[in-house]
Amino acid sequence: MSRIITRRRLLTAGAATLGSTLLAGCDRFFDSATTRPLLDFGQLMSLRAQRLLLAGQPLVREFSLADISPEFPPNGTEMPAGLEYFEFFASGFERWRLTIAGLVRNKLSLSLDELKAMPSRTQITMHACDEGWSAIGQWTGVPLAHLLQMAELAPQARFIVFHCLDEMEPDAFYYESIDLFDAFHPQTILAYGMNGKPLPVQHGAPLRLRVERQIGYKNAKFVTRLEAVDRLDTLGLGRGGFWPDRGYQWYAGL
Amino acid sequence: MALSEQTAVSQDVAAGATAPKAAREIIYRHTVVVRVTHWLNVLFLTLLLMSGLALFNVHPALYWGNYGYPGVPTVLTITGQLDPETRQPVGTTRIGDYSIDTTGILGVTYDANGRPRPGAFPRWATGNLGLALARDWHFLAAWLFVINGALYLLFGLFSGHFRHDLAPARDQLRGRHILDDIWNHLRLRQPRGAEAKRYNVLQKFAYLAAIFIILSTMVLSGLTMSPAATAAFPFLFDLFGGRQSARTIHFVTANILVLFVLVHVIQVMLFGVFNLMRSMITGRYVIRPERAT
Repeated sequence: MSRIITRRRLLTAGAATLGSTLLAGCDRFFDSATTRPLLDFGQLMSLRAQRLLLAGQPLVREFSLADISPEFPPNGTEMPAGLEYFEFFASGFERWRLTIAGLVRNKLSLSLDELKAMPSRTQITMHACDEGWSAIGQWTGVPLAHLLQMAELAPQARFIVFHCLDEMEPDAFYYESIDLFDAFHPQTILAYGMNGKPLPVQHGAPLRLRVERQIGYKNAKFVTRLEAVDRLDTLGLGRGGFWPDRGYQWYAGL
Repeated sequence: MALSEQTAVSQDVAAGATAPKAAREIIYRHTVVVRVTHWLNVLFLTLLLMSGLALFNVHPALYWGNYGYPGVPTVLTITGQLDPETRQPVGTTRIGDYSIDTTGILGVTYDANGRPRPGAFPRWATGNLGLALARDWHFLAAWLFVINGALYLLFGLFSGHFRHDLAPARDQLRGRHILDDIWNHLRLRQPRGAEAKRYNVLQKFAYLAAIFIILSTMVLSGLTMSPAATAAFPFLFDLFGGRQSARTIHFVTANILVLFVLVHVIQVMLFGVFNLMRSMITGRYVIRPERAT
């Protein structure tokens, strides 16, 4: 038995030696300035094709209560660091406000109770992580379209940016952005409830985005400020979100 | 343009020649569309496989149904761990309730210096791609593969390639013929003469299954993992039994495809690398004459 393993190890080590010279070239090919435009073109094709397919703004499948997964893995920040968030949390988010600013006619500042008094939508949907796992949960919140109509977008507004309370790296808070096509979809909501209870901290209390036609990391947690903008390259590192700034796709419909 | 169409005969067997040497006949076997789409497919499927294995490595577990995450029963996992007693890294592949020690192959592999590296699939197979780049490459290659495949399907349909070359002829569907063909495969015997001008019946079945079952399953199960695609086509969830089932089927079907390619390449090796490679590059294929019996 041990002999077999030794031989196997020898063989794989041999293959690895042979391959390592190729690998250096391989790495350069996969991540180079020359292939990047090609990959960006692929992303653009996905965006255009899926927008065409979704032109009628169909709803994503909504599941039944029985389909809700027993657990829902929290991803990303589970408890934002810093005194500010802790004080919000300790006060039951009484002093917390959602502000809406940028290219809007009416700047808004809303308390959690004010949000809860607005028209709400409850949906049981699938959360699909780009890592491969998925979970099903029930979300209750305000349709983003309702808030944007209250704020009255300026005509040049093209994207909605979600600024969050969790600091991922020094001076880099989580943020995400979506365009108006997704912002006005009926299932795009700012959720304050999950599975019939207030949104738990590890899932982004008091408010998180649900943008159901996109992958997990687009669903920003700990949202505190919405900003309507006409371009994304002036924010963060210029690619429209914390993870997009670090090489992940801005449009994550697949 | 059909497979059996004869465009060149290299050696003229002069009328009246005594004891004619068997004619070496060359046919035009593969049209330019088939050859170009074939080699593009090699490139795109390689990219898809490598980036796909890199994606699997990010979450090396497969589930059934719509949800799946650590803690949910798995169909398959490939993990690397330190053995608490020996302190040696151990790679384990688990299918259902069965565990297999795959140290060195899956779960834990060794680099050129013999150092263990964690990861379900080894670095040479994944191109060492991280999640963001693996997704970019996988989706770009998927687009190119789908466009290439669509061109091939349109060509196959309208040029008669499917009808003439891939659809089994009536005589090939007789039980006797199929049994003979299986027997020929078992003896690794290659058809000669007239029979070599068309694909044999098992070959036709294999190609039809690869194109219409395996590859279409790959595309559809892949789309089922896209939240935007299932918003447009919710029936994909029902077709595969959920997003995680689709992910499992995507992985298993990819393995079947790799197996198909392995058999395909082995057969090319066995039945005349030079002749078969030439036919897929230039289109020209030499028919070996019938054995004198």
